[in-house]
Amino acid sequence: MSAAPDIVIVGAGIVGAACARECARAGLRVLVLDRGPVGGGTTAAGMGHIVVMDDSPAQFALTAFSRRLWQELAPELPAAVEYDPCGTLWVAADEPEMAEVHRKAAFYRERGVRVEVLEGDDVAAAEPALRPGMAGGLRVVDDAVVYPPAAAQHLLESQENARRIEVRPGVTVAALNEDGGVTLADGTRVSAGVAVNAAGPWSPLLAPGLPVRKRKGHLVITDRHPGFVHHQIVELGYLKSAHAVTADSVAFNIQPRKTGQMLIGSSRQFGAEGTEINAEILDRMLRRAFEYLPGLGRLSAIRAWAGHRAATPDKLPLIGPSLASDRIWLATGHEGLGITTSLATGRLLADQVLGRAPAIPVEPYLPARLGKGDTPHA
Amino acid sequence: MNSARLSFDLVVVGAGPGGLAAASVAAERGGSVALLDNSPWLGGQIWRGEQARSAVPLARQWIERFLASGARAVMQASVFASPDRGVLLAETPAARLTVRFKKLILATGARELFLPFPGWTLPGVVGPGGLQAMVKAGWPVAGRRVVVAGSGPLLVAVADGLRRYGARIPLIAEQAPQLRLARFAAGLWRYPDKLAQAVAMKARLLGIPYRAGVWLRRAEGGERVERVVLTDGRRSWTVECDLLACGWNLVPNTELPRLLGCALASGFVRVDEFQRSSVEGVFCVGELTGIAGADAALVQGQIAGLAAVGETEAAREWFAERSRWHRFGAALTRAFALRPELRQLAKRETVVCRCEDVSREAVERCRDAREAKLHTRCGMGPCQGRICGAATQFLFGWESDSIRPPVFPVRMESLLTASEHPKPVSNLSDPTS
Repeated sequence: MSAAPDIVIVGAGIVGAACARECARAGLRVLVLDRGPVGGGTTAAGMGHIVVMDDSPAQFALTAFSRRLWQELAPELPAAVEYDPCGTLWVAADEPEMAEVHRKAAFYRERGVRVEVLEGDDVAAAEPALRPGMAGGLRVVDDAVVYPPAAAQHLLESQENARRIEVRPGVTVAALNEDGGVTLADGTRVSAGVAVNAAGPWSPLLAPGLPVRKRKGHLVITDRHPGFVHHQIVELGYLKSAHAVTADSVAFNIQPRKTGQMLIGSSRQFGAEGTEINAEILDRMLRRAFEYLPGLGRLSAIRAWAGHRAATPDKLPLIGPSLASDRIWLATGHEGLGITTSLATGRLLADQVLGRAPAIPVEPYLPARLGKGDTPHA
Repeated sequence: MNSARLSFDLVVVGAGPGGLAAASVAAERGGSVALLDNSPWLGGQIWRGEQARSAVPLARQWIERFLASGARAVMQASVFASPDRGVLLAETPAARLTVRFKKLILATGARELFLPFPGWTLPGVVGPGGLQAMVKAGWPVAGRRVVVAGSGPLLVAVADGLRRYGARIPLIAEQAPQLRLARFAAGLWRYPDKLAQAVAMKARLLGIPYRAGVWLRRAEGGERVERVVLTDGRRSWTVECDLLACGWNLVPNTELPRLLGCALASGFVRVDEFQRSSVEGVFCVGELTGIAGADAALVQGQIAGLAAVGETEAAREWFAERSRWHRFGAALTRAFALRPELRQLAKRETVVCRCEDVSREAVERCRDAREAKLHTRCGMGPCQGRICGAATQFLFGWESDSIRPPVFPVRMESLLTASEHPKPVSNLSDPTS
């Protein structure tokens, strides 16, 4: 890139990649910097679940819009992205959870999201590996799965805009400058019209006081056991257990990969800085999964790993100008939904940077809503 | 699933020469000692089957000594994690073991280095060590033509063994140049046992063509390998065969020491004069500390075993002997160093990662092993990068990616720790993948 870029994005995870793609599509020249490889941070520690969620109206709006963008993108995704519209199966273990199935089903149907309510026998037929006696479940038909690092790579490389994007992996950024550029760790200054902090869990390093915290998660992947499960299966207690903002938690969450492998989550921990495997959390997470899938324990595990998500106090991402400078922007804080909401984030960020009418209302995601973050209201 | 808890003063992992020696000398001096190995037999890869057959006097001597030492053998136990200081987790066919130790000696040995070349994934292309094991287990090779190619002393030993089982050996192709081998052989007089072995081997090998300075370019065939194309750098020629046994010397199995945090230098575990690694209470012996063969491992094992039970003066008595074998190891390494031409064997379309079918072209676009793993799945398969990781290290100079438990594929249920180890399993420098 000979001249200064219009926009420099710090973070080549899926969110940074989606922002780069949207800005490049609008004609901007984009520079993407990352201290590691493309999709090597939080993106590599995510399950790659493309899912509609209804924890809040704003969360629903963002996930539903973003899932639609993924569906539109699907035909052009290369095989490496492993896009698989396998759907989500929310399983209800008992009658109270079944009541939640009906509530969710009504909520989604009103908003045009395709769902099917399954009774106990239907669940057993759909997923024979589940323990007998499930009360039922909710199938969200159009949810999907991707392999996130390859998806991030594709967003940066896809033909129509690739020439306007320069990616420099292995470059550490020390500071975002109020005049729009960045200063690298080696002291080099890179000037640009706008700088975007898309550094996920590490975004507070470049924006002191930002109300984003690291939330650790563990994953285990099996050898190839095709057909063991068919949907991304999540326990309905997931919102209660895994999205509690304070305590450490685990929840049953399994995903069939296109390779035939099973990817198992999930766990959430605050205050755990390293990415080492925590045996106790792993133990709890797997026990929970074995409760739902008794045969899972006999499958061969080939890898376990852990990473960090970027959590905000209100479980919504930060998309828009920072309070520090109108030339420093934020696209971070996506917690466990960054793969799903990356495409919408890219669109909304580009809309705002370019002064276009936003595709959906942006107010719930504006950084200004949380103030400087000195008093996170968790 | 069954689970059992065991506790010992000293645990030794790996029942090859180094591990046998370490466990034996330590147990002979009292204290509880356990020897863990993932195979059903004592002896490791190099003395595989010797427990039953007793064809190698040295193997027989050490296996008997171990059995009389009072150490306990825990066989078919694959150590896959260390959830806390002083604790190993191992999986057996029937159970998950939690093994506590005060001191630990790692003797996990080495595996063959496989380099990708066109045709290396054809059926009938095997590792020399693997083929030897299959043949000893009864796999028939009588009358079959086996080309033995690659590098290292193992090639000759394997060819010799195969011939005794009736195989025909059209050629042993050793990539190391004749001059280097001659220099190595000229120095062998310092090591009487080795010399005797070499002479005996040569005698039996009369009639087997052995060519130094010759290496494979490719293997060809339809359903399976039918011929190989060899070169000496000036011309190429074809040799018909039914099997190709091909390996490029050895790489140490450093997964477990790395998981425990032992510091490495140039790919081997760094140890002090008593075989102590950088992690307190953890010793490493044998090929983990440098490729030097069974004799070196026996001496190192005794030093570590003695040092682990506090007999440092007795351990010192072995230092001179060890120096001798270290010199032998260094000479071996110099003699069989891989020639740079081998980096060009794999073509753009040649598969580098067999588990995930990843071509050289795809891998080469990446900057390091971790990026290759993330974006091409190179090293993501059930071998956990053991084959392609060593290959990409040679081809591109890449350091291996960070290591996490399980270091072997295990049953999911073996990962349960029943909340008995509420501390982190390992310390890792690398973020995620």
